[in-house]
Order: sequence, then structure tokens, then C-alpha cells
Amino acid sequence: MHPTDFTLRGAAEALSEGAISAVELTRAHLDAIEALNPRLNAYVTVAADQALDQARASDERRARGEAGPLEGLPLGIKDLFCTKGLRTTAGSRILGNFVPPYESTVSANLLRDGAVFLGKLNLDEFAMGSSNTSSAFGPVENPWSRRNHPDTRLVPGGSSGGSAAAVAARLALGATATDTGGSIRQPAAFCGIAGIKPTYGRCSRYGIVAFASSLDQAGPVARTVEDCALLLRSMSGFDPKDSTSADMPVPDFAAACGRSMKGLRIGVPKEYRLEGMPHEIEALWQQGLEWLREAGAETVEISLPHTKYALPTYYIVAPAEASSNLARYDGVRYGLRVEERDGDLKDLYERTRAEGFGAEVKRRIMIGTYVLSHGYYDAYYLKAQKVRALIKRDFDEAFGRVDAIVTPATPSAAFGMHEKTDDPVTMYLNDVFTVTANLAGLPGLAVPAGLDAQGLPLGLQVIGRAFDEETVFAVGAALERAADFTALPSVRAGA
Amino acid sequence: MSLDTATVRRIASLARIRMGEEEVGRMQAELNGILGWIEQLQAVPTEGVEPMAGAGAVALRLREDVVTDGGIREAVLANAPDPEGEYFGVPKVVE
Repeated sequence: MHPTDFTLRGAAEALSEGAISAVELTRAHLDAIEALNPRLNAYVTVAADQALDQARASDERRARGEAGPLEGLPLGIKDLFCTKGLRTTAGSRILGNFVPPYESTVSANLLRDGAVFLGKLNLDEFAMGSSNTSSAFGPVENPWSRRNHPDTRLVPGGSSGGSAAAVAARLALGATATDTGGSIRQPAAFCGIAGIKPTYGRCSRYGIVAFASSLDQAGPVARTVEDCALLLRSMSGFDPKDSTSADMPVPDFAAACGRSMKGLRIGVPKEYRLEGMPHEIEALWQQGLEWLREAGAETVEISLPHTKYALPTYYIVAPAEASSNLARYDGVRYGLRVEERDGDLKDLYERTRAEGFGAEVKRRIMIGTYVLSHGYYDAYYLKAQKVRALIKRDFDEAFGRVDAIVTPATPSAAFGMHEKTDDPVTMYLNDVFTVTANLAGLPGLAVPAGLDAQGLPLGLQVIGRAFDEETVFAVGAALERAADFTALPSVRAGA
Repeated sequence: MSLDTATVRRIASLARIRMGEEEVGRMQAELNGILGWIEQLQAVPTEGVEPMAGAGAVALRLREDVVTDGGIREAVLANAPDPEGEYFGVPKVVE
């Protein structure tokens, strides 16, 4: 078996049995990155020397009997997490050559538990996008391809496209990601892997480059549901440095993966049956529900009546928060600076931001500035906040009757790099099934469940009550066992 | 409602993004497409609904009013594109 084929759990066992060392495991991944990253462009920074140093230190800790829960496991870090001494770009030109003087809490938690960082993973600029084509460091390619058109290069989804592509192609055992409207779940589904956006407040946002602060949440992507559970346990936890961090105990998520489905009530929202949705996605959804019934769960039709307003609500709330958060990029304190001789301060700001931000980021800053501007605030922003309350109320009522909700993860399989680029709204529709969980602050997990006629992966989504990731993991693991998803992408290490 | 080019220029100025005429025209079309799509929210009845600002707890925690950090000038200035001594450098703002 090639070392990059281990699951995270499998690698942890191999390390603890002494079948492989952290240095060997890390070197195998670095070799795979060297071979495949020129094509996939999943990593924007490869930290080979640092990774090998960390792996050596890990092997020494293990020899001393001080192994942590993730001891010696090589991971990739989305380039939205600040990593001390290692360039962090957010996929943008405006951060220039920014080298953080501090570590994000989530990545610090992973290091505390013994993880090895292979490098920083590509993403849509400032995590704004669903295709990973808006990165200033070039697009990421999906390691999967269409059976009938193997030469059409497909997107990995976004914004965590580098994270999903790297894990699917076996360039990392797992990776960190973030999700503001679907940025963990949609790329996980497009790349045939698992990914969870936990409850808002579960993971600290400290040291994650901010996009929309009331929606942003960190979470893991990995090749199995259990691997996501192992990573999430390390990433989570109360952090006084994030005022919205939840002071809640962190359960053993992996233990929940084995729970029975008997007696569970699974909600099936009728509003998620979209007109024009590919038949294969509807069929996979029904298959998933059947698997859960066979495992002992009961499925119940529910209604989430404000679902169709979730995306327009998101495209007011998220740009409003983004326009405020991104005001900090001014060309003065860090990052890119563009100035003309004898220009004034406003000119410095305007030139820096014009050159530093890409087209999608500018669009969102413009929308956000407009909806927050004098005379329009009530009609747009306040209205969106009220509809957001109604979307949350829909879920509160549904969770009075059911324990979890199961939906498709995305309305389509991965699309081509040059498709869906003409109209921003068409791209926004990718997040139709995922964005509701962000608005309501709920945990959502994507799990690979089948292939479409072109041989591309399709995922299902499990949504749970706030801070009940355990039920989400239990349902996700039951779907994973029934689906027995063993298909592999054509581009992968060891292939 | 639909934005005219003067409004697009005003928003760009508020957002401190320099924009040429061609970009203003393109941005106008894109923004109007997005705002037209967002307009459907006006159909939702929201009388008496409390606006929801965030997904977390309703009240934010307060921390003790004590100094928790500081004395790290070098780290703060380390990424400055044009530092002047112990300060961030900017173009002259006062004549």
C-alpha cells in the first residue's frame, strides 16, 4: 500500500504500530505534491523543509511516549489560516507577501495535537467563490474527470478547492477548510470526499482571514467521515480570542460515527426538490433516504418555506460584512501598496485596492457598500436580517420534529473551468443547498454517495441541530457505510 | 431599482476602489443583475420579525478590562510596505 493511500485513522494506527514513521509519511506526501501539484495547483505554498522538521520532532515525541491525538499526520492548511512565519495569501494579490507574526487558533490546536503541515492550500480569493477560479495564484484542477470527455478540465468547487483537490488526489491525509455559504461542503462533494462545517462558534475564527464574520466557520475535509470527526475534535474548542467562540465541551465526534440509526427521525425538506435538478441527484437523494430507512431510521417530509430566499439573503449579508471586513486592506499596515508620486492618501487607498483585489471581490465589496449605504440600509440589509431570522425559525420548527435533515449537497456535479463564468448569479446558485446552514448557524456535513453518468462524484448533505455534530456524524457515517463509495479520481498519488 | 453610472462611481469612491470608465460600465451591468435578483426578498412579509445579526449567542462576552498584549512593535511593523522608523508611512495628509 502506498503511504498516501492511508486514511487519517489508518495512518495514525500505522504510526503507533511503528509500521511507518512521520518522516516517511511526510516525505511520501511531499513527493506526491512535487509530482502532481504542477498540474492540480492545489498548494500555493509547499513548506517541505518545515514539514520534515515537524515530522522529525513528531517522531521524537512519539519515541518519548508523548504522542498527541494527531501525532505525525501530514495535513494541508487552507491559505486563509494565518500560520506563524509561513506566507498567508487568502488567494489575493492584496496580501502581497504577508507573513503572519502569529498562528490561527485552529492551526495552533492541530500543531498542539502533533499534526505536520505540508503547506498552504489554494482557494478562491478571500474565500469568495464556488469554483476556485478566482484565486490570484491560478485555478485549481479537480483530480476527477468526465468519463466521456477526459480532457475537459473540471473545477474542484470552492472556495476550499485546494483543500478538497489535495485530499482527493492524496496530497494530504486531511485539510483545514472554511465555509461561509458552502465552501467546505460543495468542494468536498465535487471531489468525492467528506467535509463538515460545524456549528457557528464551534471553531475559533481567530487568525482566519475574515470574509463574512457572522457566517464564517472553519472545518475539516478528509476522505472519510470518521477522519473528519478526528480532525474536528482537535480543531474545535473555546477560545477567548474570538468573541463568538462557544464555551461548550467538545465531544468525541469519532465515537458518534458508530451510533445506530434506529429510532432517528430524518427530515426531508420538500423545498429542496428543485425544478430542473438533474434526475441523478434526485435519485441519489432517494437512495440515501432508503439506506437510512434500511438502517432503522424513519424519514419524514418537512417544510422549510423560506428556503428560496436564502441565497438572495446571503448575497446581502455576506457582501455587507465583507465590505466592512475588507476595509482594512489599505496599503499602509501590511500587504500590497500601489502609489503614484505626489498622490494623496485616498489615491493610495484607491490604487492599492484597484490592483490588489480581483473582479469577484470588487463586485462583493461594491454590493456590500451599496446595501449598507445611507438610504438603502433598511431596504436591503435590515430586510435580509429579518428574512435570515425566518430561515432560522424554519429550522427551529423542523428540529422539533426531526433529529437531522438530509438533502443533496450540490445541484450538479463538478463543472468545467470555462462553464458558468458569464453571469455571477449562475455561479451563486451552486450554494443553494448549503447556504441555509450558514445563515442559521447549523452544522452541515457533505458525504460522497455516488457517481453521475459521467463518473463524477455526487454528495449528500446532513444538517443537524446547533452543537449536535454527533448526530450529523452518525447519519453521515451510516450513509457512507451504505454507499460504500470506492471510486477514485484519475489524478492521484500512487496511481 | 437600477443603478446609474454616477451611483456606481459614488459607491466605488465610498469603497475606495479606483475604477476606469470601462470597468464602471461592466460593474453597472453586473451589480444591476445581482440587485435585480435580490429584489425578490421584498415579497417576504417581515412585519414584527426581529432582525438576526449573527448565528451565535445573542450577547457577546465581555473580557476583563486589562492589558493582555503589547510590546511587540517589531511584529506589528514587520509586514508594513513602507515603514518609517517606528511608524507606518503614508503620503503627506496635512499641508
